[in-house]
Amino acid sequence: MAYYLIRRLLMAIPVMGLIALIVFLLLRLTPGDPAQAIAGDQATPEQIAAIRDSLGLDAPLMSQFVTWTGNMLRGDFGYSLISQRPVLEMIGQRVGPTLALATVAMILTVVISIPLGILAARRHGQLLDRFVMSLSVIGFSVPIFVIGYVLIGIFAVNLKWFPVQGYKPLADGLWPFLHRIFLPGLALSSIYIALVSRMTRAAMLEVLREDYVRTARAKGLSERVVLFRHALRNAAIPILTVVGTGFAMMISGVVVTETVFNVPGLGRLVVDAVLARDYPLIQAIILLTAGTYVVINLLIDISYAMTDPRIRYQ
Amino acid sequence: MTITGLRALGMAAMAACWMQAVPALAETELNVVMQAPLRTLDPHLSTAQIVRTHGFMVFDTLLGMDADYKPQPQMADYAVSDDGLTYTFTLRDGLKWHDGSDVTAEDCVASLKRWAANDAAGKTMMDYVASIEATSDKVLVLTLAQPFGHVLELLAKPSPVPPFMMPKRLAETPSGEQVTDMIGSGPFKFVAGEYRPGDQAVYVKNDDYVPRSEPMSWTAGGKVVNVDKVVWKAMPDMQTSINALQSGDVDLIEQVAIDLLPLLQMNDEVEYGVLNPLGIQVTGRFNHRLPPFDNADVRRAAMYALDQEQLMQTAIGDPEYYTLCVSAYGCEVPLASDAGAEYLTGSADERMAKAKELLAGSGYDGTPVLMMQPTDLTILSTQPIVAAERLREAGFTVEVASMDWATLQSRKNGWQPVAEGGWNMLFTYWGVTGIWNPLVHALLDGSGSDTAWAGWPVSPEIEALRKEYLVSGDLEDQKRIASEIQSIAYDQGFYFNAGEAQTVAAWTKGIADLQPGPIMLFWGVTKPE
Repeated sequence: MAYYLIRRLLMAIPVMGLIALIVFLLLRLTPGDPAQAIAGDQATPEQIAAIRDSLGLDAPLMSQFVTWTGNMLRGDFGYSLISQRPVLEMIGQRVGPTLALATVAMILTVVISIPLGILAARRHGQLLDRFVMSLSVIGFSVPIFVIGYVLIGIFAVNLKWFPVQGYKPLADGLWPFLHRIFLPGLALSSIYIALVSRMTRAAMLEVLREDYVRTARAKGLSERVVLFRHALRNAAIPILTVVGTGFAMMISGVVVTETVFNVPGLGRLVVDAVLARDYPLIQAIILLTAGTYVVINLLIDISYAMTDPRIRYQ
Repeated sequence: MTITGLRALGMAAMAACWMQAVPALAETELNVVMQAPLRTLDPHLSTAQIVRTHGFMVFDTLLGMDADYKPQPQMADYAVSDDGLTYTFTLRDGLKWHDGSDVTAEDCVASLKRWAANDAAGKTMMDYVASIEATSDKVLVLTLAQPFGHVLELLAKPSPVPPFMMPKRLAETPSGEQVTDMIGSGPFKFVAGEYRPGDQAVYVKNDDYVPRSEPMSWTAGGKVVNVDKVVWKAMPDMQTSINALQSGDVDLIEQVAIDLLPLLQMNDEVEYGVLNPLGIQVTGRFNHRLPPFDNADVRRAAMYALDQEQLMQTAIGDPEYYTLCVSAYGCEVPLASDAGAEYLTGSADERMAKAKELLAGSGYDGTPVLMMQPTDLTILSTQPIVAAERLREAGFTVEVASMDWATLQSRKNGWQPVAEGGWNMLFTYWGVTGIWNPLVHALLDGSGSDTAWAGWPVSPEIEALRKEYLVSGDLEDQKRIASEIQSIAYDQGFYFNAGEAQTVAAWTKGIADLQPGPIMLFWGVTKPE
């Protein structure tokens, strides 16, 4: 197992290096100028040139890349070209809301979708099954911003149960945190609830037809034991895969939810950075996101062995 | 329970009652959704309106400009010598930087030099300046080498970039490098620890600030702060901002999208209005260096073809919030004029007929016009589409190239042929404070210089008039010159003036004494506790 982990982590290094190179080059090929973003629309080319010079943007591309990678290997991700603040500090300010939002959304996803999927499989072909499948189609089809506005309209503007926007960290107390994170979490989870409930239903249907399930029932085990101890455990691998990759996707794709609910997270930061061509910030966020995918994929693989002892790591 | 225990309980209960009876000193916090996120802080380096507004929170200026467009003393009183060549500024008593140190004339000299190095109008002024020196801790003297009629006006200007004063150690930051340590002497202090670039900026009342005794008027007069804290929030989604205003999460939105105003009109708890009487001018700029707009007749034909009413309808929609203003300097300013307006007025059909006739005789060979369209800027995203249709109707071949605003901004500075990434026409907009006279109006630069704003028109007549304007200190004379410049600029097709639009702010009931001004002002305003 330890050997497997070390091998996987070592394999991640060239992947990350390649991502760093591609991101660096793609950003430099994209039109746009951070100096213009600093100087504003009414600045003259002379003013812009002075800013470019002070930012070192006129240095040869190779020299910029070598400096950046060298600093990064020492743990220094540099400074934002636009705000002149340390990149890691800016990411640190924004990563909390995004992680909190993704975690709440994933908890809601698991709590809602897995029971729904199991119920739908249990009542295969019946009214409940059709209802759950219809719900999942809606979850897939309706864009998150529409779901967000509907939730705000009903629960924040009309019923006034929740605030319409904003974020409070957990450090401010559990209730303020949950009060503000619940609606965005629910909106973000909608598509994943649809996805995971369908996946759970399909996996459970497949497993429920297996011989060992029939044997378990023949032995007189209760339906609860058959479903949760025998069937769900064997159906868990595809569900875990979807949940794990879904979590990574949430972290990297929360921008719409963050915008609609005005959550100051990583998604909005990266959009801002892209619009302003803030190279060091974009590069760092993409690398960290890629790193998150690598780690989550590793965790998913490890969780396979925990749920299915037949899986062994070489 | 013992007697002692009962007594203790009673005292505790009394203490609790007393604590409830005496209200805690409440902090008044004004939560505002600004028109753009604050991503940079240096108000000398950026021409962006949001950075300028931030500048006026933290920093102060030697002079302020009042609602009559008159420079007034702010940090300093001033005296001008009889020959108009020597300006003496005396700092008023009690001025302190936010770090507690005294404001000195030396700080102000360094600040003026830094400002002038970064501001186009300031740079022009410095061509006429012989020296700026601190003669004591409180007195600085600016001496002109030759007459220049706009020293006071420039030192008071609220347009980009205002001459903000900062401590010498900050003002000596190398050229092109940003100042991020926000130590000013203005009415608010910047809270660095709560700043999240692009998301939130926080300011607290500067208790050491001593306002002038004169009434508040734009950036002049006594800047009396009545709230303890101002929090700027960036909300990229206008619907979210409006929801937040209606629910009381925020107190004020600096600029509401006009098409969403009906949502607020239905709410009795919300008020709205125009706080900036000057508004913005939407402009269509031609690239004079490339065909087909290197031909004056082709530019004139395009100006006839384009229609202010149609473009304003496209951008703003509600006629209550736009004006078909033909003045290049804005309509509410002293230099407003209708000189050369025949290219902009008259019926759309009549002008289209003139456009077709002029284009037919211009030698236009069908060279495509590449019009840049920013897709991520609501106010400018639809106008190129409408403008392109009008130009096609007149006989032009037009291609609309869609891109994001950042790409457009950087592409506009290149003067290579279209096939290599150049452009022929773009739309943008300007706050009227940035164009209200020929000295600051970048689109009226007729030098054709590489360092001028994109478009690069060439007109020796305009350059001669602009030089004449620089030395003129008489308003009537300035009006005459400005009017002549405008007339030539329109006739030469410098740019198409698409009209003027107002920006509308909205706030919750109870917020009072909001100050009208050329930018959003946060002194004077009150919020009930």
